[in-house]
Amino acid sequence: MDYLIQQVINGLTLGSIYGLIAIGYTMVFGIIGMVNFAHGDVFMLSAFVALIIFLALSQLFGTINLALALLLVLVAGMALTALWAWTIERVAYRPLRGSFRLAPMISAIGMSIFLSNFVQWAQGPNNKPLEMVPTEIITIALGAGSITLSWKQITIMVTTAVLLMALWYLVQKTPLGRAQRACEQDRKMASILGVDVDRTISLTFVIGAALAAVAGLLWMVNYSQVNFADGYVPGVKAFTAAVLGGIGSLQGAVLGGILIGLIETLWSAYFSLAYKDVAALLILIVVLVFMPSGLFGRPDVEKV
Amino acid sequence: MQPIADPLLTVDRLTMRFGGLLAINALTFEVGRGQITALIGPNGAGKTTVFNCITGFYQPTGGRMALAHRGPVQEQELAGLTASGRRYDRHACGGLFLLERMQDHEIAAKARVARTFQNIRLFPAMTVLENLIVAQHRELMKASRFSIAGLLGTKGYRAAEEQAVERARHWLEKTGLVDRADEPAGDLPYGAQRRLEIARAMCTQPMLLCLDEPAAGLNPRESADLTRLIRAIRDETGTSVLLIEHDMSVVMEISDHVVVIEYGCKIADGTPEEIKSDANVIAAYLGVEDAETAVAVVEAGA
Repeated sequence: MDYLIQQVINGLTLGSIYGLIAIGYTMVFGIIGMVNFAHGDVFMLSAFVALIIFLALSQLFGTINLALALLLVLVAGMALTALWAWTIERVAYRPLRGSFRLAPMISAIGMSIFLSNFVQWAQGPNNKPLEMVPTEIITIALGAGSITLSWKQITIMVTTAVLLMALWYLVQKTPLGRAQRACEQDRKMASILGVDVDRTISLTFVIGAALAAVAGLLWMVNYSQVNFADGYVPGVKAFTAAVLGGIGSLQGAVLGGILIGLIETLWSAYFSLAYKDVAALLILIVVLVFMPSGLFGRPDVEKV
Repeated sequence: MQPIADPLLTVDRLTMRFGGLLAINALTFEVGRGQITALIGPNGAGKTTVFNCITGFYQPTGGRMALAHRGPVQEQELAGLTASGRRYDRHACGGLFLLERMQDHEIAAKARVARTFQNIRLFPAMTVLENLIVAQHRELMKASRFSIAGLLGTKGYRAAEEQAVERARHWLEKTGLVDRADEPAGDLPYGAQRRLEIARAMCTQPMLLCLDEPAAGLNPRESADLTRLIRAIRDETGTSVLLIEHDMSVVMEISDHVVVIEYGCKIADGTPEEIKSDANVIAAYLGVEDAETAVAVVEAGA
């Protein structure tokens, strides 16, 4: 029993990271119907950004309060990664918006290759290790056994929960969220009613990237290392999470991320570590066969 | 047919060609300021195409569509603007706009033309109230000086938003939708969705309101409510209305002026009484052969 609970906690931690990345995929798809293949690499880039800022902070100020340092890294990392995403959208996607449907996706694949190669060139091909949060653990007695909760896991889950609440508020309660939802439902109509569609799309990329930056920092917290190729597999899994939850749906992306995290962790715990990626993707296939629009997706109505 | 003394919109030899198909052929008509003008004609006559040209959905092949916020327009002002190659002149006539040179969102924002659609285009997953607030997004952004802070909703924005909610409430009352303000727009019955679309268009504070078949699919009672609503819009806000409608009882009851088109050409233009007795219109609607039309025209003494 305690083993199961332990694994569920591990799965939720991993799932939080996938969920944060998945939001970026799902929001962009919802508003312009495009799969942003570069999103995983933006996530990887943001992990490097977090690493560099963290090192810079500790160089400049020595050992400072860890919580404060993490908060600074979080805010600065979100801002810098958002700037990257904004630039990418302006340079690689917006000029192709009036073009045929596949053009921006091909451009996104190109951008994905560019980003990972750029990081490989700038940072070198090796793993960059950095222990941000100490590995101390809290042991909680539970019946006959006990479960352990690390500070890393607490940091990850609390940060994710707070940011998801902020995102929910942003989308449901602010004018920007209203403009986003309007664009998602009928872009042309939104434009006629005075919504600046291009800016709304840019800001959607920015928000997605800011959340990916959170995931990037949390990745560093969790694994304490990153390399230039780390955008790929988490990116694919987060995209899988978005599809599993119903692409275009925010709560779907979060739930999908958590599910993928849980499946992966439980599979590794009870069956085989080697096949954990296969398990996650297998579940995706099963869900898509029986629920093609995902858990929260609306059945797709082709707009005229 | 007499020329309208002070037209809001002057459509002059509007032509729209799709490949080999001539959808609108040198169509000329006027929309009177503060009047309800109906655009009628048999199916496929090109009525919605005219709307799409006026609202910038289509780029017309030829012709001029001049909209003046304050009239009457001096011929030289219009000629001057046309020759200058500019799209609009904010100073002439309180704003003089050549719609054929403008894009759809500019026509909505600057020339202040609002429209509804034959197939309703609400934001179905947003609430009724949110639909009306989104329609005032530009006003709201202006109030917050187009800042990101405004997008996130700051203090200055809040004040503007209260005003927007007030305007939305006004139109919800007019359309009898106050009780349903917090329901998703997609859950409303069909007739209510049509009224909501008109309310949303009115929340943009238009000079010209274009309604594409607002009574389509309504029962007689809803249709009577709609007639009252459109009349109230004209009488209380002074908004000029251009209306495509197949329901002749609605057209004849509320229109100040009727324009009849067939195969993209104007066949008649006048008051509802004049149109009712117009031989060409009768022929077009009853599908009389050409020879018989000639007879009918002679008989009508035209």
